[in-house]
Amino acid sequence: MDHTLNLSLSQARSLLINACLAIGLFLPGAILSAQEARPVAADPALEKKVITLSNELRCLVCQNQTIADSNAELAVDLRNQVRKQLSEGKSDREILDYMVQRYGEFVLYRPPLSYKTILLWAGPFVLLLIAMFILVQQIRLRHKRLASEEFDQTDLSRARKLLDSSSGDRS
Amino acid sequence: MKRYLIPIGIFVVFFGFLAAGLQLNPREVPSPLINKSAPSFTLPVLGKDNTTFSPEDMRGKVWVFNVWASWCAACRDEHPHLIQFAKTQSTPLLGLDYKDKPEDAVRWLKEHGNPYALSVSDIKGQVGIDYGVYGVPETFVIDKAGLIRLKHIGPLTPSVIEEKILPLIQKLNS
Repeated sequence: MDHTLNLSLSQARSLLINACLAIGLFLPGAILSAQEARPVAADPALEKKVITLSNELRCLVCQNQTIADSNAELAVDLRNQVRKQLSEGKSDREILDYMVQRYGEFVLYRPPLSYKTILLWAGPFVLLLIAMFILVQQIRLRHKRLASEEFDQTDLSRARKLLDSSSGDRS
Repeated sequence: MKRYLIPIGIFVVFFGFLAAGLQLNPREVPSPLINKSAPSFTLPVLGKDNTTFSPEDMRGKVWVFNVWASWCAACRDEHPHLIQFAKTQSTPLLGLDYKDKPEDAVRWLKEHGNPYALSVSDIKGQVGIDYGVYGVPETFVIDKAGLIRLKHIGPLTPSVIEEKILPLIQKLNS
């Protein structure tokens, strides 16, 4: 039931627990996907790999679910396909390629970094940099303005008078 | 006033992106199969138990390959248009009966009419997977060299046939 492909089991488990605590909604999905696969699990280790890999693949019928989470018929078929190919000894890479050849890169739940997806990956950071640049610029401008601000004498004496009178009221 | 122009400008740009994004149909995923060889298969012909069909049999012809099923509600909507197409066009129209019981499929064709020169029976849906089928009905246009030139996801409408399919067929035939 780990949703993280590249982590060790214990890491993945603690991460998952944290994620479940943080996002309560996540938990039913995780349990559901684990239960779903059990009836056909002749080999638990294989089944685990099937689920891990299925979590990397988008169900094109219900596009915001992975084929591990979805009960759509196509998702069931593709899970079976993953299971079949894993038991034939195909590597994860080969199976993902098989899916991409048929359904396109959209089938990958984590889009690969390529020139087509660079905006997707870098976009948020670029926006953050722009925002930070503008912020720093504004602060600098403000500092400069405050430092160079000149008050004319009449304004100053008026301000002084006001301060004096208010402190005089208080005492 | 000038200081408001920049935020407004940014807002307009973002709004434009959002508006454009909302116009897109997320179900129309570009197929990686376009301009690639139509995946090969050998399947039994529906209603003729001893005959099989392979896409190689259609080499040298431009043809339309329509994925349908008797359980598919949207196929019923497009069916009259396919019948019309078969009546008026000389381009062969073949069917892929996807994840269907052959007896149901034969009954369905009897009931609604059969526009297909022939249909093949993909009971397990393996050929469907090879063609990247995920939303029946789907329609492929395959050229003389056996390359897939167009994939349409969802039911065909008269406007799709007239504006996309027919001009392409004409171009491929010339």
